[in-house]
Amino acid sequence: MNPRRWILVFSAALCLAAAHDPADRLSNPVQEARARALFQETRCLVCQGESIDDSDAELAGDLRGAIRAQVAAGRSDDQVRAFLSARYGDFVLFRPKLSAVNALLWGGPFLVAVLGAVLLFRRQRAMIQTPPLSPEEEARLQALEADQSS
Amino acid sequence: MIAEFGCFALILGLCLSVAQAILSFTGRARRDAVLTGAGEGAALGAFIAVAIGFCALIFAFVTSDFSVVNVAENSHTEKPLIYKIAGAWGSHEGSMLLWCLALTGYGAVLALARGLPWALKALTVAVQGSLGVLFIGYMVLASNPLLRLATPPVEGRSLNPLLQDPALAAHPPFLYAGYVGLSVVFSLAVAALIEGRVDSAWARWVRPWTLAAWSLLTVGITLGSFWAYYELGWGGWWFWDPVENASLMPWLLATALLHSAVVTEKRGALASWTAFLAIGAFTLSMLGAFLVRSGVLTSVHAFAVDPRRGLLLLGVLGTASGAGFALFAWRAPLLRDRSTFAPISRESALVVNNIILAAVASAVLAGTLWPLVLEAFGRQGGVGPPYYNLVVGSLMAVAFVILPAGPLLAWKRGDAVAVFQRLTFAAAAALSFGVLVFAFTDPHKALASVEVAVGAWLALGALSEAAGRVRLFRAPVTESARRFAGLPRGSWGVTLAHLGLGLFVMGAAFESSWRTEAAYVLSVGGGLDLGGYHLTLTTVGDRPGPNYDAEEARIRVTDKAGRTVCAAAPSRKTYDTGGQTTSQVALCPTALDDLYIVLGERRALPGGGSAWLVRGFWNPWVRLIFLGPILMAVGGALSLSDRRSRIAVGRRAVSVATGLAGAQ
Repeated sequence: MNPRRWILVFSAALCLAAAHDPADRLSNPVQEARARALFQETRCLVCQGESIDDSDAELAGDLRGAIRAQVAAGRSDDQVRAFLSARYGDFVLFRPKLSAVNALLWGGPFLVAVLGAVLLFRRQRAMIQTPPLSPEEEARLQALEADQSS
Repeated sequence: MIAEFGCFALILGLCLSVAQAILSFTGRARRDAVLTGAGEGAALGAFIAVAIGFCALIFAFVTSDFSVVNVAENSHTEKPLIYKIAGAWGSHEGSMLLWCLALTGYGAVLALARGLPWALKALTVAVQGSLGVLFIGYMVLASNPLLRLATPPVEGRSLNPLLQDPALAAHPPFLYAGYVGLSVVFSLAVAALIEGRVDSAWARWVRPWTLAAWSLLTVGITLGSFWAYYELGWGGWWFWDPVENASLMPWLLATALLHSAVVTEKRGALASWTAFLAIGAFTLSMLGAFLVRSGVLTSVHAFAVDPRRGLLLLGVLGTASGAGFALFAWRAPLLRDRSTFAPISRESALVVNNIILAAVASAVLAGTLWPLVLEAFGRQGGVGPPYYNLVVGSLMAVAFVILPAGPLLAWKRGDAVAVFQRLTFAAAAALSFGVLVFAFTDPHKALASVEVAVGAWLALGALSEAAGRVRLFRAPVTESARRFAGLPRGSWGVTLAHLGLGLFVMGAAFESSWRTEAAYVLSVGGGLDLGGYHLTLTTVGDRPGPNYDAEEARIRVTDKAGRTVCAAAPSRKTYDTGGQTTSQVALCPTALDDLYIVLGERRALPGGGSAWLVRGFWNPWVRLIFLGPILMAVGGALSLSDRRSRIAVGRRAVSVATGLAGAQ
């Protein structure tokens, strides 16, 4: 079904490291947890849809090493993200940056919801202003129309 | 010979679809029942022809006829029979054939359906036939699954081992039956727009088809998610992968349609919106098929590798939905909403549901297509789980908070205070449940506890609505039992579906917040602690399979008291063809939780001997994540079996009309 998972399996067969590998872990558990959280936000570029936390691909292993080194060196999460996007482009980030271009992406769905709410509200107001004709009124109207056409 | 015969049958199916479209359109235009009858016959014939083609492909797979390209590329003589059959829809060409089989199958059921107004039926069959022409035409001309090879290989290339799995063998048929079920709704909407009558009688026909498609789609998505959960070995069940999003988008719009069609049917309101959703839902189905099958999502550049098929598929999509939306733009302004409703009413609640589902669908669509849009403008950007979790989560939260009130509100003008009184128990119980979850979990997580409480609110809200209907604890037990038996299946369907949603939300919130993971390199006799359990690696041995070799570990799971909970046997399979490796996860279920154990690769220890990387997850409440959607699908099926879904439309339309007149 999913060709990208194919690629992933191929690469899984080729290389050995994985995100959870005890041999690679940072000794400081707080830093390790931060690094893992960052892995989950970083795309594995050779296997597309998956994060480097899930992937066994070689490049993912390299990226994990780089991120762990940065975290261990005391860089903040934002600094690590900036490092990643400077080196690999924004495509590597799973969390789109809050930029002018991405405003549409982040705001669009909420805009759809607000637009829907406004339309509903206007419909409600329009209904209140023009109450529907009662059956008696409808009958009178038809009678008047019939009068006019005859 | 059989393959050529199947190929001929597919071409015949294309011709019959052309006949179906032309005969039914002309018959409707000339008001000629003989012509439309012939159109219906052609629809049946097209289904039989495509089914023959499908059987020919299955036959080629079962007999391992490697002179057929598709079989040579996707099958292997050593593969178990069930995966030989499932291999028929494992490839692009085969899955398009499955799509066409479903499309013509629905066309045949439509042709046999009774009670549909004559003119509407003729046009619906015609539109369904036109869709058949587009898709069968694409299949026959650009992706024929029955083409021969000049020099057949001795052995096939086999199906990706990850796909050799029972859940995944059943996943595409359900998913496609769901996707394509929406084609009937699309055809009904286009036909009604041509006729210029989108009314409650029409909505009454839209509902069962939507229900059927929605239920099948729910099962299909759940199977796919369950497969990803236990087959990929990552412990997760939803990755916001574009392929998953492609199936979620039509599901979201189908869910919206299910609810808006109720409003159109019962109150005659929202007619044009319902028609819009009907066209939109199938458009997103087709878009999903296009995105998955064209390779465009991997990269715009991958798309360029085989542009002919991608462009053709895009052309099919553009023609079908473009025509649908153009017709909508032309006709919809003529549709009038005759009914009115107050801000607090069931109509309003359902409209809010629709607004939110549409916003969520737009978020999933935007997130899926965003990298492509940016790439087209020479920029770059990625979208992943953090975006979806935040945007989809916050929008759905609003829907979840008001959802239990919806079924309790009266049509036209509801009483908010009375509804709140009926939900006091559910609200209080859900709140206390959230507090308990917060108190008894370690670490304490406030937001996650609120999320679990929202799930409980949905589930308890659904149950208290049902309890109110049977007057549980308010009337004698016999009276409640009598009401219980007398309730229409449709209302049980609503209760089950909403209960399922609540269970799903509880499971998803709990699992993603309190899941724990442990990974160690263990030698035989070594152990690790995980979520209050202790795992001990007892043995590792070889176990040869039909078309693979496996290394299988035995892991004893004991609880805190030292009692054995289960004996898990995770394994790693290496397939003979291709040499690919997959890990077979061991699931150790304990009530609602799973212990999820993966056997990693073998490592040589420095001092001699071997050790294995063992990774375990404790996934609390994960069973609810799969149980919930199954309940939702059962709810859909139950509503579908309601006698009220099958009453002749003409009679019902009259009663709606008189009901409306009486209400005014």
